[in-house]
Amino acid sequence: MKVAVASGKGGTGKTFVSTNLFHTFRSMGISVSLADCDAEVPNSLAFINAMEHKKSDVTQYLPIIDATKCKFCGKCAEYCTYNAIFIAPEMQKIRLLEDLCHGCGACEVACPNYVIKESYKNIGKVTTYKIDGKKCFVEGRMLPGTSSPVPIIKQAIKSAEKIKADYLIMDAPPGTSCPFIQTVAQADFVILVTEPTPFGLSDLRQAVDSLRTLNLLFGVVINRAGVGDQAVYHYLQTENIPLLAEIPFDKEIARLYSKGTIVSEKMPEVKSVFENIVNQLKYYGNSGNKR
Amino acid sequence: MEIAVISGKGGTGKSSITSAFIALAGQVVAVDCDVDASNLYLLLDPEKTGEEKFISGYHAEINKNLCYECGKCVTYCKFDALGWDGGSVTINEVACEGCFLCSRICPAQAINMIPSDDSRLYWGDFRYGKMVYGRLAPGEENSGKLINKLRSKAREMAKAHNLEIIILDGPPGISCPVISTITGVNKVVIVTEPTVSGMSDLQRTVELVRKFGVSIYIIINKYDLNTKISGDIDLWCAGQSLQVIGHFPFDKSMVDAMIAGKSIIEYTPNAEISKLINVAYIKIIT
Repeated sequence: MKVAVASGKGGTGKTFVSTNLFHTFRSMGISVSLADCDAEVPNSLAFINAMEHKKSDVTQYLPIIDATKCKFCGKCAEYCTYNAIFIAPEMQKIRLLEDLCHGCGACEVACPNYVIKESYKNIGKVTTYKIDGKKCFVEGRMLPGTSSPVPIIKQAIKSAEKIKADYLIMDAPPGTSCPFIQTVAQADFVILVTEPTPFGLSDLRQAVDSLRTLNLLFGVVINRAGVGDQAVYHYLQTENIPLLAEIPFDKEIARLYSKGTIVSEKMPEVKSVFENIVNQLKYYGNSGNKR
Repeated sequence: MEIAVISGKGGTGKSSITSAFIALAGQVVAVDCDVDASNLYLLLDPEKTGEEKFISGYHAEINKNLCYECGKCVTYCKFDALGWDGGSVTINEVACEGCFLCSRICPAQAINMIPSDDSRLYWGDFRYGKMVYGRLAPGEENSGKLINKLRSKAREMAKAHNLEIIILDGPPGISCPVISTITGVNKVVIVTEPTVSGMSDLQRTVELVRKFGVSIYIIINKYDLNTKISGDIDLWCAGQSLQVIGHFPFDKSMVDAMIAGKSIIEYTPNAEISKLINVAYIKIIT
């Protein structure tokens, strides 16, 4: 079963939930792997004591234009949907604007004189880690300055799927745009983490809309319960969305987490919250309970 | 002057602090650049005066009456958006980046490109001036392009209404939307928090912002949650010659202000936190 841990709003506790869930699965003797798909700012590794096993580069197609042989017909720029080719025929100038290039290869196909050649550039890394000699954690990490983390996320999920575990937890990037969709679209179940504040609710609504368009099964974890107001609870009730768990607002949790500690290993009351989530996931994972 | 507030890590208090700066500035154009999880409107409560459609991109659609399953599109697609389902070519909409290549090479002209026009650009009035904001439809890309549109609209409004300060509330992360938010601004404020994640994200954010050669100001929000890591951040910043302009304590009234739909400056003007934010703001604008 593939479980994505996501949220519209950043900083609600996605990494907190995914890493504690991962450790709870392990402590219950259930085979589990974790993929950190927040490739722009990956943080799960800080909460996992693992040994690096294999590192691979993620590359993206990059066209190389031979300006010395170019006839400046402009066909490549016409084919480029992303305005990534700058061409000034009267000045005999042509240049690729790498930041705008998505690597679709249309310019190479367009060029009638074959002066655009295929090449690849590094945009990030996917690293697999082992705990006690067994592969169980994958991290996607984008190089700063790259325009989109999506190819790295795809690669990280592919690598994580190769680890044959009963459960795969995916720590998703925030928001509701492309990187978020790339991660949650792969999941059998999505855990949305929110906080009971107006910001939390506003972003939760957007995330819920997105998941409903994709027809995905999901439930909500309310983190920092006790701060804020009751509006999130009312929303979940009217929309008939399952509340999987509440994690209380507690300075001790914040303090332990800030140091990179797995809170469920130190606080039994937090551990039982996560064991409860695991049991609910088992329920959703049984084929009879799927959509 | 354009000031962007960003953070790398989400949830550090960017929007709350941005709204406080806006209240301190008094008359501004406020821009919410977090187009897929916008929050600033909750605190500024703008009255919409205009809107515009935004085409965020295109997606491919196959006309099955014309397609004779040659598979040329499957071979050419760099995004694995086209594939085989039995003997039939199918499109995975999530993976499609709307590059048009398949529609151009299809010998049967069976692929149409459909514009995605559910995203919007809005502008309006609020109690401290003008606000520009947007909404990227779920699952869409090109938030960077929408942000560029928001920013040119903001500049247009600043000129028309003689407003000197543009304050931008940025999205989390370090990719395209953040790059679009900080390109060409005068000052970048990075809000971090004293957690291992906060520190690591700060470092990645600084690495990105350095490429733009603008003035960087660091704020450590909720610094008292872990004074050791807060100290580590101070040390790291000192080593990087980065100016830390504020250490704000954790204060529950930030959440109460949010519930009241106000900035902390309006909610508790005389509280310690409001004074600290004021001091930080003066350091940014002078």
